[in-house]
Amino acid sequence: MAQVSIRKVVKAYEGNVQAVKGIDLEIADEEFVVLVGPSGCGKSTTLRMVAGLEEITSGEIWIGGDVVNDVPPRDRDIAMVFQNYALYPHMSVFDNMAFGLKLRKFPKDEIKRRVDEAARILDIQALLERKPKALSGGQRQRVAMGRAIVRNPKVFLFDEPLSNLDAKLRVQMRTEIKKVHQTIPTTTVYVTHDQVEAMTLADRVVVMNHGVIEQVGPPQELYHNPATRFVAGFIGSPAMNFLPVRVLDDGGLKVELANGVKLAVPPQRVDRYGPYKGRQMTLGLRPEHLTEIRDTEKPNVVRIDCMVDVVEPMGMETLVHFFIDGEPVCARIDPVTHSAPNEVLPLAADLNNMHLIDNESGKVV
Amino acid sequence: MSSTTATAGAVAQARRTSLHRQRAWTLKASYAVLTLMVVFFLVPPFYMVMTSLKSSAEISAQQGNPWIVQHPTLANFAELIANSNFQTFFVNSVIVTVLVVVISMSISVLAAFSLTRMGFWGSQTLATGVFLTYLIPASLLFIPLFQIIGKLGLINSFWCLVLLYPTLAVPFCTWIMIGYFSSIPRELDEAALIDGAGYMQMLLRIFIPVAMPGIIAATIFAFTASWGAFLYPLAYLYTTDQMVLTVGIVSDLIRGDVFQWGKIMAGCVLAAVPPVLIYAFLMDYYIAGLTAGATKG
Repeated sequence: MAQVSIRKVVKAYEGNVQAVKGIDLEIADEEFVVLVGPSGCGKSTTLRMVAGLEEITSGEIWIGGDVVNDVPPRDRDIAMVFQNYALYPHMSVFDNMAFGLKLRKFPKDEIKRRVDEAARILDIQALLERKPKALSGGQRQRVAMGRAIVRNPKVFLFDEPLSNLDAKLRVQMRTEIKKVHQTIPTTTVYVTHDQVEAMTLADRVVVMNHGVIEQVGPPQELYHNPATRFVAGFIGSPAMNFLPVRVLDDGGLKVELANGVKLAVPPQRVDRYGPYKGRQMTLGLRPEHLTEIRDTEKPNVVRIDCMVDVVEPMGMETLVHFFIDGEPVCARIDPVTHSAPNEVLPLAADLNNMHLIDNESGKVV
Repeated sequence: MSSTTATAGAVAQARRTSLHRQRAWTLKASYAVLTLMVVFFLVPPFYMVMTSLKSSAEISAQQGNPWIVQHPTLANFAELIANSNFQTFFVNSVIVTVLVVVISMSISVLAAFSLTRMGFWGSQTLATGVFLTYLIPASLLFIPLFQIIGKLGLINSFWCLVLLYPTLAVPFCTWIMIGYFSSIPRELDEAALIDGAGYMQMLLRIFIPVAMPGIIAATIFAFTASWGAFLYPLAYLYTTDQMVLTVGIVSDLIRGDVFQWGKIMAGCVLAAVPPVLIYAFLMDYYIAGLTAGATKG
């Protein structure tokens, strides 16, 4: 059993610059949690504090029921996979994987059994005698994972392990990591700036920004019910569209775009948005909720005509970029729908999936 | 359309030709400069070897081309090797140098590791300070050092050299090692720490093998500094039994105004053998890119 608890943890550097500003996070046993956020948000610092590679300014970190604030990394029973692999260049793959076990004075046959087992899981049996320089990027990352697996630790820590791989290999290794977690269910904390990795791997995603946790939740919840404008904009690719609106009562609750177009708020949301009447807010709408006109009869779907700026055919879909009163907007349309730059394209906005954001607090209401 | 393509092709061809010509000229100039340097550096050893193979009569005759040996002989070498003084000088030099290299490298590696990786307060300033001490000329130090050595009772003992040479070699060797250790990715330390290594295990099992090219470079420096030093043995040693090669060859083979050039040169050739062997042996290991594969390359 290895729950990880992060309680009111602060990390401040010289000059009182706070990289992590008092975060709280409970990670259940065998859970796969992904910390995601932009550069400098404090996600790697948090991971390194869990690993014991950074001292904690204040707060407590618990691993498996023990406070580990003053426990050195080697005694925390954790294993870490680094972005740069961090393989020992003078050792063979076998020795790299066996190093931690040798230091812990495991018997030779046990070391061999564990390394062989990890190599089988990661499909690197044929590479055991090679040196890291004779391996490709993907193979090196597998070895780095193997080094973590053989230790059979309480917690796996991954620090952007796929960032150095090319796009195709990244997708492949992402699946491998998920498969390894399914094979060996171990508490895992994974750091990435790639929200696709976060969405695909995590049981729960932790979105961080400026040293605080913006939201914690399962990937689908974060995607469909973001708590803040930051999360709404960070999760999802292409990002959510944001348009300034005014909430008003004009024969029913409506939001008015800057160009004067009024969109009726769906009845199921009237109670929620009613208190914001008269306020300047931000309308959030994902690109997939701004599509070609399919079914005009569907309730709360309104037509918006746009002047196409850029068309990006993606194969299974086409992204259309345009502006509404100077604000960039992206729509996802069917690839068979004709669209070309500088042509008017009628689009359907599905307000059933709209989000309304309070400009002052940045919270989704 | 075709004429446009043809013109573009001609421009590309002209650029290629121009680049080719520039490269050819650069290569020729490089070879010319390198040849000059090789000649410049190889003339003294060549003259040394030629002279060592001449008999005293041939040297003093001063007839014919001095660069060519008329009647080659190994007599100078044979007499020198049989000479017990020369054997003593050689053994003393080997003892002093081996000990100096071991002491200097042990101190340098430990110092560089702690300065670069243990991150204690003032480590940056100390690292700069270590290098600054290297900038003090050795010739300025030999009078105060003479007093220290005198008080330690080590005047005219080659053990004083074992004590003194590391003070010259350690700062520079430490500087070389600081550079090497700094180039080792920090993730390697962190991986080792998480794997369960302490600082000493990290140094012995990760840093020393990975930084082997740097250690070899520093070892060569420490070896050369000790083997070839002239000033300190000249100042502190005066009896044959304590003498080392550099000063011993000169003091033993020049009596008054009689220079035994053949033997002096043979002595120099023999003294040059260990450094040449060590360079040749260590250069095989002195390969760049030993850290290849450790991290994303």
